[in-house]
Amino acid sequence: MKKLWELFSAFFRIGAFTFGGGYAMLSLIQREVVDNKKWATDEEVLDYYAVAQCTPGVIAVNTATFIGYKQKGILGAVAATFGVVLPSLIIITAIASVLQNFMEYEIVQHIFGGIRVAVAVLIVNAVITMGKKSVKDVLCATLAVLSFAVSIIFPDLSPVFVVLAAALVGLVTMKRGGNKA
Amino acid sequence: MIFLWLFIEFFKTGLFSIGGGLATIPFLTAMGEKWGWFTNETLGNMIAVGESTPGPIGVNMATYVGYTVGMDKYGIWGALLGGFIATLGLVLPSVIIILIVARILKAFKENKLVERCFYSIRPAVTGMIATAAVMMIKSGVFTKNSNNIFRMIDIKALMLFAVLLICTNKIKLHPIFYIIISGVIGAIFKMGAI
Repeated sequence: MKKLWELFSAFFRIGAFTFGGGYAMLSLIQREVVDNKKWATDEEVLDYYAVAQCTPGVIAVNTATFIGYKQKGILGAVAATFGVVLPSLIIITAIASVLQNFMEYEIVQHIFGGIRVAVAVLIVNAVITMGKKSVKDVLCATLAVLSFAVSIIFPDLSPVFVVLAAALVGLVTMKRGGNKA
Repeated sequence: MIFLWLFIEFFKTGLFSIGGGLATIPFLTAMGEKWGWFTNETLGNMIAVGESTPGPIGVNMATYVGYTVGMDKYGIWGALLGGFIATLGLVLPSVIIILIVARILKAFKENKLVERCFYSIRPAVTGMIATAAVMMIKSGVFTKNSNNIFRMIDIKALMLFAVLLICTNKIKLHPIFYIIISGVIGAIFKMGAI
């Protein structure tokens, strides 16, 4: 029980103090999990993190589930996951309830008019960064352009189909490459 | 019934969004188009809040969307329940998948088929996020209430967009910084069409 509480509270702190996830979160996980609690070594955390990145879902949640499971089985996984999610639930609910009332003021609408421009820029930058990392050859470039075209022409098409189709293309082209070699 | 659909939509998002927080955005834009739960403007506001508050962006977005949808239908209790259910839906696939993968960590990491799938999924995700970027540019830089193509461009927003694009690539500061600055600029120059 004590261990479960420790898992919950450690990941609650991680959820409450990271902005945006990614590498900012990795350093916090290392401090809590490796330095403070000694639940894992640096290498193990990097391993968990690598797997969390290449499994579906939110990376922070994946890492929490992973470490929780390694420490205390399924209950540990649940405790750590609940811990990492709870700060978001509390903070976002509080902000959403306040914001809804404030949205009626003209000045707040202007503020968000400016902020939406920043969000557009941030997402454009994310596309550039992700493009550099993920587009490694002609096949990747073709997939990126195709999925862009399909998702802009059919805005209500579920991304599920695009993800599955891309995976299928990857597998099919892999076989051919193997035959040639 | 709205709660069941919220759960299903976010379960799908959790199951198929690969590559971290922003990978959830294509799912959210598709959700807005399909269900009419929120407009692209609202989604832009939600992303700003999700980026500038603590916690993983994907989880923040699920809570926010669930809250908004529940609020519209059933008021405050619906909002609380909606936020919880959407978050649960997003998280559940992760928990299930990781519990399976944790047992076969080594085999999973070194599996050529898995590696190949992710190799081809990642650029496709990038393409879909590019679509989300176009939609966000549309909602941030263009105004809807004009038929004239030149009048549709909000000049103030376009200038801010260009300046931010250069600044964010020259000086790597935390996104919150740019979000706050843009909010202040938006208030001073009365941005955003009403």
